[in-house]
Amino acid sequence: MKNIKLFERVGSFAENKDIARDIRIKEIIPAIESGKRVVLDFSNIDAATQSFVHALISDLIRKYGNDILDKIDFKSCNKNVQKIIMIVSDYMQEGT
Amino acid sequence: MNIYLPNSAFIGNIDPFLKNIDFSNKEKLEITANESWIAVHPVVLSMVAALGLPVKPENIICETLTAKSAHYLQRMGLFKFLGVKSGISVEEHESAGRFIPLTQIKNSEELSHFIKEIIPLLHLQPAQVDPIRYVVSELVRNVIEHSGSKDGAIVSAQYYKKSNRIAIGIVDTGVGIKKTINKSHNAFTNMEAIRLALIPGITGTTKKEGGTEYNAGAGLFFIKTIAKVNHDFFMIYSGDALYKLLKSGSDKLFADPFRDKHSKSEKLPIWDGTVVGVDISLDETKEFSELLDLIRGVYSKTVKERRKARYKKPKFV
Repeated sequence: MKNIKLFERVGSFAENKDIARDIRIKEIIPAIESGKRVVLDFSNIDAATQSFVHALISDLIRKYGNDILDKIDFKSCNKNVQKIIMIVSDYMQEGT
Repeated sequence: MNIYLPNSAFIGNIDPFLKNIDFSNKEKLEITANESWIAVHPVVLSMVAALGLPVKPENIICETLTAKSAHYLQRMGLFKFLGVKSGISVEEHESAGRFIPLTQIKNSEELSHFIKEIIPLLHLQPAQVDPIRYVVSELVRNVIEHSGSKDGAIVSAQYYKKSNRIAIGIVDTGVGIKKTINKSHNAFTNMEAIRLALIPGITGTTKKEGGTEYNAGAGLFFIKTIAKVNHDFFMIYSGDALYKLLKSGSDKLFADPFRDKHSKSEKLPIWDGTVVGVDISLDETKEFSELLDLIRGVYSKTVKERRKARYKKPKFV
């Protein structure tokens, strides 16, 4: 299992898309491709932008299909962060 | 170039100010103002600063401002930004109020610093900060990624105690919305480009539904929604077109900005780049979570409809 603590990388407001893309390319994809589950840990993050979440997960859904969501756990997300993640996962699945 | 600062220019009544800007001779900037009173939205100051930035200070002519309220321009850092002397002194005892002076943001690191260190200067409650940092982050990232402007974004904000609202102006002098959108779409006018840019899921980076791995085409829709559900003003001016979301009592969201209560102006003096102004009422700020529920509903519906529109029809012969 690969546990990625986002707060250490982006602070309490997750908005930096460049960091999100780096995490996806350098950590999430290699972990998924080696058969590991990924835990995206949102502890201590009090808000995230749609752009950040899009850069973090949209290409995973496009590349690996909707089933990729079975291999990722979104940990300790507050209500608003959960909703942003839902918006992105909805439009990525509905649009493909 | 010539800019006249009127006695009042906020989003609701900004049209005459825009119509009067003279963009000819980009090497020189002349600033004149109402003699008695100047009360302008931060977006106006961001525009003046963005226009003046590439002009040599010796080519900026700013008349001696006599309006009692002219010190506001000084406090917002306009003259310092332009490298010119104002001749105005701000009295020591005067309250600085809650504002973010004109700030240039050119890259991702500067944006992160601005959000972390500068927005707290507004001294807002945590629930009030959410929409503001959201708006600033998404708009400035648009500038950094799409505008192609070497000067980045010019940002300023002001808290108005009487109306309990925050006004934000974010301006660039880049390629403008039409050029950005037309990398993947076919907008014939600046207004059509603005419309497309406000529709969720449409981005200049691709025609594909869901956007690219980096861009979804949702940022401006989110911001328009924040203004809409809080019954606030929102404006975009790019090229010769101005779209203004007007205050309405309705919370009903539309994917198409032309279905919202709005005004449109075309054939304005051409702004090379993009100007965005938004007001956020702190009294009425709807819970951010409620707003996200509304967005999710409209976004999903829009994507489904667009997907359906692309279905091939069986041919019955």
